[in-house]
Amino acid sequence: MKPAPFAYHRPSTLDEALATLAADPHAKVLAGGQSLVPLLSMRLAQPSALVDINGLAELDTILVDQSVVRIGALARHADVLANPAVRRAQPLVALALSHVAHATIRNRGTTVGSLVHADAAAEMPVVLTLLGGSVRVASVRGQRDIPAAELFLGPLESSLAPDEIAVSADFPVLPTGAGVAFEEVARRHGDYALCGVAAVADGDTIRAGFVSVSDVPTVVDLTGVPAGERGEAALAQLEPQADIHATAAYRSQLVRVLTERVVESAVQDRGVA
Amino acid sequence: MTTKLMGQGVQRVEDQRFLRGQGRYVDDVAVDPATLHAAVLRSPHAHARIVDIDVDAVLDLEGVHAVWTHDDLTGPMAEPLPLLIPHPTLTHGRTQYALAKDEVNYAGEAVAFVVADDRYVAEDALDAIRVTYDVLPPVVGIDAARAADQLVHDDVPGNIGARMEQSTGDAQAAIAQAPHRLALDLTVERSACTPMEGRGTVARWDPDTNRMQVWTSTQSSTGVRAVVAVKLGLDLGQVDVITPDVGGGFGVKINHPWPEELLVPLAARALGRTVKFTEDRREHFISSAHERGQVQHIEVGFDDDGRLLGLDVEFWHDHGAYTPYGLIVPIITSTQLLGPYKPEVYRVVFESLYTNTVMVTPYRGAGRPQGCFAMERTMDAIAAYLGKDRAEVRASNFIQPDEFPFDQGLIFQDGRELEYDSGDYPASLEKIKALVGWDEFPAFQKEMAALGRKVGIGLACYVEGTGVGPYEGAHVHIETTGKVKVATGLTTQGQGHATVFAQLVADELGVKFEDVEVVTGDTRRMPYAVGTFASRAAVMSGSAIHLAAKRAKEKVLKIAADALEASEDDLQIVDGVVSVKGSPGTSLDLGTISVLSNPLRYAFDEASKAATQFSVGDPGKPPVPEDEEPGLEGRDFYSPERATFASGMHAVIVETDPDTAEIKILKYAVVHDCGRLINPMIVEGQIHGGVAQGVGGALYERMAYDEDGQLQNASFMDFLMPYVTEIPDGIDIDHLETPSPLNPLGIKGAGEAGVIPSAAVFAAAIEDAERIPITAMPISPSELFHLRQEHQP
Ligand SMILES: Cc1cc2nc3c(=O)[nH]c(=O)nc-3n(C[C@H](O)[C@H](O)[C@H](O)COP(=O)(O)OP(=O)(O)OC[C@H]3O[C@@H](n4cnc5c(N)ncnc54)[C@H](O)[C@@H]3O)c2cc1C
Repeated sequence: MKPAPFAYHRPSTLDEALATLAADPHAKVLAGGQSLVPLLSMRLAQPSALVDINGLAELDTILVDQSVVRIGALARHADVLANPAVRRAQPLVALALSHVAHATIRNRGTTVGSLVHADAAAEMPVVLTLLGGSVRVASVRGQRDIPAAELFLGPLESSLAPDEIAVSADFPVLPTGAGVAFEEVARRHGDYALCGVAAVADGDTIRAGFVSVSDVPTVVDLTGVPAGERGEAALAQLEPQADIHATAAYRSQLVRVLTERVVESAVQDRGVA
Repeated sequence: MTTKLMGQGVQRVEDQRFLRGQGRYVDDVAVDPATLHAAVLRSPHAHARIVDIDVDAVLDLEGVHAVWTHDDLTGPMAEPLPLLIPHPTLTHGRTQYALAKDEVNYAGEAVAFVVADDRYVAEDALDAIRVTYDVLPPVVGIDAARAADQLVHDDVPGNIGARMEQSTGDAQAAIAQAPHRLALDLTVERSACTPMEGRGTVARWDPDTNRMQVWTSTQSSTGVRAVVAVKLGLDLGQVDVITPDVGGGFGVKINHPWPEELLVPLAARALGRTVKFTEDRREHFISSAHERGQVQHIEVGFDDDGRLLGLDVEFWHDHGAYTPYGLIVPIITSTQLLGPYKPEVYRVVFESLYTNTVMVTPYRGAGRPQGCFAMERTMDAIAAYLGKDRAEVRASNFIQPDEFPFDQGLIFQDGRELEYDSGDYPASLEKIKALVGWDEFPAFQKEMAALGRKVGIGLACYVEGTGVGPYEGAHVHIETTGKVKVATGLTTQGQGHATVFAQLVADELGVKFEDVEVVTGDTRRMPYAVGTFASRAAVMSGSAIHLAAKRAKEKVLKIAADALEASEDDLQIVDGVVSVKGSPGTSLDLGTISVLSNPLRYAFDEASKAATQFSVGDPGKPPVPEDEEPGLEGRDFYSPERATFASGMHAVIVETDPDTAEIKILKYAVVHDCGRLINPMIVEGQIHGGVAQGVGGALYERMAYDEDGQLQNASFMDFLMPYVTEIPDGIDIDHLETPSPLNPLGIKGAGEAGVIPSAAVFAAAIEDAERIPITAMPISPSELFHLRQEHQP
C-alpha cells in the first residue's frame, strides 16, 4: 500500500498552481488528501504529479452574505461545521456536515474537495444539489461557475476539466421561513451512509435529496405529496442498489422511512428560523 | 509485611509507554536507511495454476536487490510449510509453500518476494512481475465445499481435510427415547482477528558470529526460532528470535511460520543486509488467517424440565485453503460446546472442509464462540418449546458445584481428558440475573411495547478450557543492585504481562513492584517456551514465575541466614531487605546478598569487594557450595496435567428499530470466573476488549467473499470493526472466584472469555425482541429487515 511514483508540486499562488496543472494533463490536485491518498496508496489512482493546494492561503476562506455561503477550497469540513454564520445562513450545511466522517478526517478533509470528488455516498454533493448551489472553478483559460446540476456526472466523476481547480463553492442561504432537515442511517457512526436524506420545505414546495441511493446525487420534488405517501413517491423516482452492507430492498426501506421522517422534520422546521 | 499485590488493580506499567507512542514494535526496529524492505506479490486469483512467472523486468529497476519465486528456493525452504499440530483424523492435511509452487489456492497467496531499497520501490517491482495463470473454478463457502463439484486440492476428495467424531454413548437412541425433540440448523460466518499491528519480521545475519537475529510480531518466538533453524539449515543455537511490543495478536500470530518469517531471514543471509517486511492492512485481510465459519446441525432430546437427555451435533468447518494449525479450532468447538452443561449422552461429528479462501487458524475464542452459539441457541429453543424461562432451563442442566472434578468423557484440544477442575455455575447465574435485571425485564419489555418499541434480553453461558500445556518456564535474577529481572519465554501482545508477572514476583520475593522488570518472548533470555494462546499466559508463565521466584527466595534466605547468623525461619523480606524478625537492625539488602552469592576474585566496584576471596567464605569449604551455582537466580517450569476451566455468563438487552431494523445495545452484563484474580483491573480490561470484539463479530464484521473468491471488504472502510461509538457505554461486570486446584496460585485464564458468548447472547436478545428465530450470525440491519419480511404474518 505505497503509491506509485509521482512528482510533487507545492505552489504558493493560484496562478502558479493553475500553470503547473495545465502543464501536465495527468497531474491531480491534492487538497485534504482524505480521499485521494487512500486511492494513491492502493494504486487505484496513479497520477504523474500532485499539485498540492494547501499552500494557497487565498483559498482558505468562508464568506457569508445575503445570498450565499461561499466556502473556499481550503476550508476544512471542521471549520465550516464550527462556523456560526454558516449555520445561521444555511443550517442544512452544518446538519449534513456533522455526518461527514469523523473529527480527525473533518480536520483535514475539505468541503470543496468532497464536492469535486463527486461521491454519491457523500453528504455535501447532495446538499449542494438540493440547494441549487454551484462550484467556481479556475484554470489558465479563465474562471467559470458550474451549477450543481451539471457538476456530478457519475460515480466519482465530476465535470471539472483536468486543468481546472475548484476555488470555492456557493451554497444559497435558506430563504426566510423555509425549513430543513437531514438524517441518515450508517452502519457505524461516521461511516458513509447506507442511505441519507436531506429535505427543504419552502412554503408549499418540498424537495428531498438522497445520499448513497443512486450513482449521482439525486433530488426528488415531493411538493403536494401528503405525509405517509412521501416515501413511496420518492422511491418511485429512485433505483436503490445493493452492496455488501445493504440489499436494494433494505435500502428502499430506508428511503421510505427516512423520507417520511426527514420531510416531516423539514416541514416542522418551517417558519421557526 | 508488605501488602500483597495479588488481587489488586495495580496500574499497568506498560501504559505510559503505549499511550505516549513509545511502544517499540517490529516496524520500529532497524529504522536506519541501510535496512532493505520486502514486498510480496500475491495471487489475484482464488484458484489457479501458475503457468509462468516472468521476473526479468524487475531486476532492471533501480533500487531492487533481489527477487525470489518458488524456483529459487532449495532444500527445506522449497518444501511445504510445517503442519504444526498433526492429528490422526487429519488425514488430508495441506499447507502452503513459502512461495506458491505450481498452484495458488486463495486470492492473497504469496507468489513472489522482492527486496528493495524501500517499500515503495519494492511495490513498483511487484507491478513489473508478469505471472501467467491458468484460472480454475474456485470453491467458496461451506455449501460449495460440501457439494464438492470442484476440488480445492486435486488429491483431497470431497474437500474433506478431516472427519472426526467423539461420543459418550448412543445419542440418537437417547434422543429417540426422549419425551421431546428438536432440531436446529445454524450458521456462523467468518471474521478475523485484525490486530492493530499486522504481521512483521526483521532479520539480520551477522557473518562475524554466524548468527541470525530475527525480530517478529509473533505469539511464539520459540516456535519461529525452531522453524527458522530447520528451514534455513541453521543450528538452533545460531538463531535468536526477539519479540518486541506486539500491537495485538488475538490468535493470528500464533500460527507460524508465515512465509515472510522464513523469507526475510533467507534474504538477510543471502544479501548480507538487514531486511524488513511490514504487512499492510490489505495484505492482512487477504493473506493472514480468518476464523469462525461453520454450519451446524443439532438434534436434541429433552425432558419436561428441559434437561438434555441426548445431544447430537454435526458441523461443517470452513478451514480455508490450508490446515497449518491442524484441527484445533473445530476440536475446541466440538468439546467446548458443552459449556456448563451435562447432557446424558453427547455425540459430535465434524468435517473440516477446504475452500479457496484465506486459511483458518485460531481467533480469540478459537472455535468456542461457535460451540457456545450451538449450545445456547439449543437452550433457548428448548425453553421456547417448553414455554419455560430460559435461565431455568439452563439451571436444570448445570454441573453442580459438588460434582467437580467433572469428566465430560471427551478428549480436549491438548490431547487430554476434558475434565473441568472447578466452578460454580448456579452462583454465576444468580449473579448475572441480578446484574442485568433478568426478573424485572418482562415488565420493562411490556412497557416498551406499549410505546411501540421493541426490546429483548438474552443470556449465554460458557466454559473455557484455559492454560493448556505443555509447559512454560521462568527465570528470576536478582541483580547486585537489588533489582529483579524476570524472563519468561511466551510473548506479550498488550495484555499487561509485565504488570501481573511483576505483582507475583513482588509478592513472593518481598521486593518493591517498581524493582521488578519483566521480559517476554526473547529466546536469548528464555529459550524454552511454547507461546501465548488459549488464555494460558497467566496460568502457565504466572505459575512458572511464581515457582522460579520461590527458588530465588530459598537461595536468598540461605545466604542471608549464613551471613546474618540466623535461622532461615526467623528471616523476613520486606521491600527488598532481609531482616531477622523482631530485630530490624540485623539486616541485608537483596543487592548485597546477590553480591555474596557470586564469590569473586576481582573487585570491580565498592560493593563487589564484599564478595572477594579475602572477605568471605569458610576457607575450609569450596567457595561455591556443592549443588549450588554462583549468582542469585531462580529458574523453574510449570507443566500441568491438564487445562483449567474458567467460566462465565453474559447477558444483553437490545432494542431494535421497528422501521430501520437497526440494533442498539441498551445494557451489557458479564459475570466472570477465572479463579483467583491477580489484577481485577486487567481482567476487566480483557473482558471489555473481548466484548468489543464480540459486538463486532455479532453485529458488524464479516468476510464478504464473492463467488470468485475475491474478498470485497479488505479494508477497515468496509470490514466493519466497531468504533467506540458502537460498543456499549458501560459493561457491568461481576466476578466470582472459584480457585483452580491445578496450579499454585489458583488461577484460570481470562484472555479470550469476553468474546465467546457474543454471537449467542445477541442472537438470543434479538430473537426475544423480534419473536423471530435467529439462526445465523452475524446479523445486520439489512438481514434483520429481510427476516421480518419472511416472517410477516
Ligand atoms: C474513513 C473515512 C470516512 C469518510 N467518511 C465520509 C463520509 O461519511 N461522508 C463524506 O462525505 N466523506 C467522507 N470521507 C471523505 C472526506 O470527506 C474527504 O475529505 C472528502 O471527500 C475529500 O476532501 P479532501 O479535501 O480530503 O480531498 P482530496 O482527498 O485531497 O481530493 C479528493 C479528490 O478531489 C480532487 N480535488 C480536491 N480538491 C480539489 C479542488 N479544489 N479542485 C480540483 N480538484 C480537487 C482531488 O484531485 C481528488 O481527486 C471519509 C474519508 C475517510 C478517510
